[in-house]
Order: sequence, then C-alpha cells, then structure tokens
Amino acid sequence: MSASAPPPETPLALIGREGRRRIVTATNPAGRAAGLRPGMAATQAHALVPGLVVHDATPSDDADGLDRLALWALRRYAPIVAADPPDGLVIDATGATHLHGGDEAMIADLVQRLRAAGLAARAAMAPSWGAAHALARFGPHPMEVVAPERLAAALAPLPIAAMRLATDMVDGLRRLGFDTVGELAAQPRAPLLLRFGPELGRRLDQALGQAFEIVTPIEVPELIQVDRGFAEPIGAPETLARYTGLLVEALCATLEAKGLGARTLDLRFHRVDNRIEAIRIGTAKPVRAAKRLTRLLTDKLETVAPGFGIERMTLAAPIAEPLTYRDGHAFGEPAEADVSALIDTLANKVGASSLYRLARVESDVPERSVKKVAPLASPTLTRWPVDWPRPTRLLDRPEPVETLALLPDHPPVNFVWRGVRRRVKRADGPERIFGEWARSDAELLAVRDYFLVEDDAGERFWLYRTGDGVDPATGAQTWFLHGLFG
Amino acid sequence: MTDMRPRPAVEKLRAEIARLESQGRRVHAALPFGIDKVDSRLPGGGLARGALHEIAGGGSAVVHGSAAALFAAGVVARLDGWVLWCLTRPDLFAPATYQAGLDPDRVIYVEAGDDTSVLACCEEGLRHGGLAGVVAEVASLPMTVSRRLQLAAEQTGTMGLALRRWRRPADASDFGQPTAAQTRWRVTALPSEQLPVPGVGRARWLVELIRARAGESADFTLEACDDQGRLALPAELAERSAGPQVERIRASA
Repeated sequence: MSASAPPPETPLALIGREGRRRIVTATNPAGRAAGLRPGMAATQAHALVPGLVVHDATPSDDADGLDRLALWALRRYAPIVAADPPDGLVIDATGATHLHGGDEAMIADLVQRLRAAGLAARAAMAPSWGAAHALARFGPHPMEVVAPERLAAALAPLPIAAMRLATDMVDGLRRLGFDTVGELAAQPRAPLLLRFGPELGRRLDQALGQAFEIVTPIEVPELIQVDRGFAEPIGAPETLARYTGLLVEALCATLEAKGLGARTLDLRFHRVDNRIEAIRIGTAKPVRAAKRLTRLLTDKLETVAPGFGIERMTLAAPIAEPLTYRDGHAFGEPAEADVSALIDTLANKVGASSLYRLARVESDVPERSVKKVAPLASPTLTRWPVDWPRPTRLLDRPEPVETLALLPDHPPVNFVWRGVRRRVKRADGPERIFGEWARSDAELLAVRDYFLVEDDAGERFWLYRTGDGVDPATGAQTWFLHGLFG
Repeated sequence: MTDMRPRPAVEKLRAEIARLESQGRRVHAALPFGIDKVDSRLPGGGLARGALHEIAGGGSAVVHGSAAALFAAGVVARLDGWVLWCLTRPDLFAPATYQAGLDPDRVIYVEAGDDTSVLACCEEGLRHGGLAGVVAEVASLPMTVSRRLQLAAEQTGTMGLALRRWRRPADASDFGQPTAAQTRWRVTALPSEQLPVPGVGRARWLVELIRARAGESADFTLEACDDQGRLALPAELAERSAGPQVERIRASA
C-alpha cells in the first residue's frame, strides 16, 4: 500500500480502460458500500459518489506485485508456485505441508501472514487447481481445506462463475437456467458440449480432478538453481538418486562461490507428460555439505512418482543464507556435538513442529508451566521449582474421580479412577494453586488443592480438589486425577 | 548359582568368543548404577552404553509406564550430552524429569505419529553418534527392528532405551517376545516406607532385571531416582550385612 493511499473509510476506485470506455476496475469496501461495482463506467461512479478518490489502474504493476508475492510464497511454502492473474496465487503444496504442520496449519499461516501485511486474502486447499481456485473465490469460508472425497459436494453449491469460464458462456448457461456447479455437473455432457464447445467440459473435469492441469512455476532468474536435462527419460530410483547427488554437488559449488549455505532446497522433476513432481527439504541452519543435503533429498525420493519418465531435473535453493563457521574450540575443551544434521533429518521426517525442547513458563498452573521451544534455540535459563514433587505423566485433561473424603481439607480415603477403586495409604498435601486472575475472570477466585497420594500397592497419583473447602465461589469441591508419579 | 571356582580355560574361551563376536566393534564403557548389588549382576559393571535396553512398567502401570519413564530419565540424566526422546503421546511432564536430574536443555523431544516412525526416529538418533542416549516410547518392538537399533547403538556408542508402554494391559504380553536388546527391565511401584510423620517418603520400586545378555536375571528393591537420577538401596537393606549369606543359602538350595 503506497503512502498516498486514503484512509479505508474513504470510497476509492481504480479506473482502467476497456476499449474506449473508462471503467471502474476495482474498489474498496467503502466504495462497495456506496454502490460502486467493478465494470461500472467511470462517469457513473463519479456521479454516484461525490468526492470519490480515483487512481489510475496499473495492470503491469499489479502483475509485478503478484510475481513478487509468488516469489515470497515460493520461498516460504512450496516448491511449485505460480501467479494466477489478476488476483491469485496457485501453490502446489503436495509434499510440502508437513514442514508447516499440516494442511490447515499452512493455510492459516498463509492467510494470517498476508493479513498482517494488509492484504485481505482468502485461501482454499483442494485436490485440484480448479476446485481450489473456485473455493478460494466463491467458497463460504475464507479458509478451507477440502478432502478428495468431499470435493464434489463442496463444489456443488458454488455459482457457475467459479468455473473459470468466459463471461458470455456464464451468461448463456444462466439463460438456460443453470445457477450452480452441481446442476451443471449433473447434466448430460454431450448437449452442453454441442452448444458451448469443449472448454466447458474441460473446466468442469479440471475442477473435479478428473483432468490434470499443469501449474507452470514462476521462473526466478536470481534464484540459485542448477538443472540437468536427459536425452532419454529416467525413472529408476537408483538413477534418480545418482543424479540428485550430482545436482547437489553442482549446487554446492555455486553456493560456495557465493559464500552461502542452503536453508531450503527444492528438487523438481519434469516428467515427459508435462507434470512436475517436487520435493522440498528444509534445514535448521545454512548447510553446504553435499553429502548431508543429498541424504535429506534421497530420503524423500520415494514420494516421487516418475510416471513414464523424467526428462529434466531442477534443483534450486530458494532460501540461502551466509554460511558462518563457528570458532574453533580451545585445546582440551570437548567439542560440543553438532546435532543440527540429525534435527534436519528428523524434521524432514516428522515435521519441524513435532521436534522441540521443553522449557519453563512462569506459571503455577501445572499444564501451563511448560512450553515448547525450537530444538536448537539458545539455552533457557529458568528451571522449574523442585520443592514439590511433580508427576512423570501429566494427563492432558484432568479426569474426574469418585472419592470418599472424610473432611473437606483432607486427602480422600479412597477413590475410583477408570473403574478401579484404590485405597489411599499415604498422602501428602495440600499444595494450593491459585487461578491466574490476569488470564481470565473465571480464574480470579479459582483454587485447586493438590494431594500426592499413594495407594496400598505403592502407586502414586496426583489428585486435586477444586475449591478451598470454605468458599463455594472458589470451586465445586470435586476431585480430579491430574497425573501419575513414577 | 553355579560353581564359582576360577576356570582359566573357560575364561580364555569366553574372551576369545567375545573378541570374535565383537569383530571391529568398539567396546563402550558401561554406565554403573552406583549400587554394587545391581552392578555386579550386569556384564561390564553397569548398563552398556553402546546397546539397546528395554524398560517397561509392571502391573497396571504398563499403560502409562510412569515409573519406567522416570527410571529411563534417571539413566539418561547420568549420561553426558544430548538426549533424544521419541514419543507418540506427549504426556511426559518435563518438570518431573527435571526433578530426576534431567536438564530440559539437554532433551530434544520428537513427537511421531506411530510406533514405526518412533522407531525410525530412534534409529536415526542412534546412528547419528552425537547423542548420549535415545529413549523411544513404543508398544511394539519387532525382532528385526530391535536388531537394527542394537547394531546402530553398537556402532556409535549411544545408549538406546526402548520404553515399552501399551494401550491396554492385555497387550503387555508382547513383553515376553524375544528382542535383540541387551537387557530387559521391569519397574513396578512398591509401597514406600512408613514415615514417623504423616506424608509420603521417597518412592520405592521393584526393579526386575528380566533378561541380561551374558548375565543372569535378578530383582532388586530400590528407592526411586533422586535429584541426580541415582537409585539407592533402601536403608534397612543397605545396613544389613547379610548379603553374602543370602548368596550362600541360594547356592546350596
């Protein structure tokens, strides 16, 4: 957004040319509220909204901006990204979502980041480009992930304009009484094809995932990239692995010349049937060791379907950072083991979000006293207090137990947990933990009294009672089991 | 107990077999428990570093294995360096392992989806060589996988601990199946000692050494981990001087 942009409550319109007419090409929410619509004549817009702020539309700048956004998405999310003019991005996220914690997490992250940058974005993830395109623009939710089996059902209620058809074709279909994609898909194909041509059938098949559509990734000249074409298509896993190794060596030579190390690598396989398969790996620190990068890539080769053969392989490093060597160790000091290679291998296997260290949070409430930090984050300084014993296993949700307690302020005499009655032989407590009033009003008065109890077999449990036993506002005097001691 | 007279020929033969079996493999020092009674039962005088060990809970604890987990935490706490803890259910409470001497900055947790990927992550960790120990919380441990883990551990000298825990108590019969692990332990809670005042004392465990390669099984009553991860003999047992007599009675029986 440029500095000259008016405040959002002022109606704004972009005026472009269509042939000899000057028309509104885009407007903001305030303009839409005032009745402006894209496609309206510029003069009509001026007449409708007095004091309308008008800027010239600059389609080429918009396209440049979209390309920059595509490059950002390429660096951040997936190896195959293309601009989908005038206002979209298409990302082939196959095999890349695990680095962001799954499909939903990736979409949420994408939308949230764009929102933080001031862009009102909608996103959808679906098994086909056509469906994702339609759902992102016409779907009911600003963020949606559609599984393959729900695809037809999700598309059915959308208007036919979502099918990427020419405007006159949409008008023609409307005149015939078709409003939604579902109605159109249920019709016999042949009469429609006779009237509207093959385009209609192709778009429908593409959206329903029955016809394949190629996403041609953006080419970025400044990207560090090496590629290799093959005279004969290759497909055997060993061959792929060998050429992967050769490409990594070539890339590492390029990186070395620039003094960089790779944080992300994309390996793309261009198949003879024009499809592109891709794998992406990420590393925790910049890396230029060919052997290690090759290993990370070949671990993922099994996800690549070579089909009828691969005619070109491209290896790119979308994110490369200066490689810094650590200072050498003084004599006699044991070298700290470098586990970053292991972290990378595991992160590419299970996802970076499933790999963490645990650190203390300043909170008395047990379930909030632990947070995850990145495995290679700098050492944490604070430690948990050791004055009260803590259970080895903490149930993620405290389970209610039936108890027989003689006095309100004493540990129970026995309790039933998961259908088994246990007699309390010894007990320690209470350890009183107050709710965190700063967090929510509901916790202002809440109190938990924790007891460590040992049953007659020697097993130890962590029980708590809500409430302080005097004031009913502090809790309902019910008992829960929260953890198991070793 | 068999005849304890020294037999040089047999000893020589044993050494020869050990040399042949470990062809080219490095021999890694064992990690002693610091309790003679336990260490004397283990070949090498402690838990072998470059090896896989199995640990499970006993009784109803096979489901959560909390004592077994603390036992494992105590073992890796006494090692020096990074620890990789692979699990499927993230219910391990870090403040408790910290109280057993395991510093949270040393532990990297891997949350994998299923047993197969837990074991794969565990193998990666054992192969890497820069870690002190790897703990894997798994239900099943097939023979072939355990052999791979054992070989990986032997090559790098990293200690592997397979912490077995099952979804249902009935599944725990799997613990009898043979694996390539060097030792197999079962840790069950025992009633702790009555204190002169109300309250609970240090937890007490029945630690059963069910299987030890080139060793014999045994069971011990021990006090749970202290803040350094060390186990201890209960006071009334430690002060008794009748240890050798017990051995003699058993030998003649």
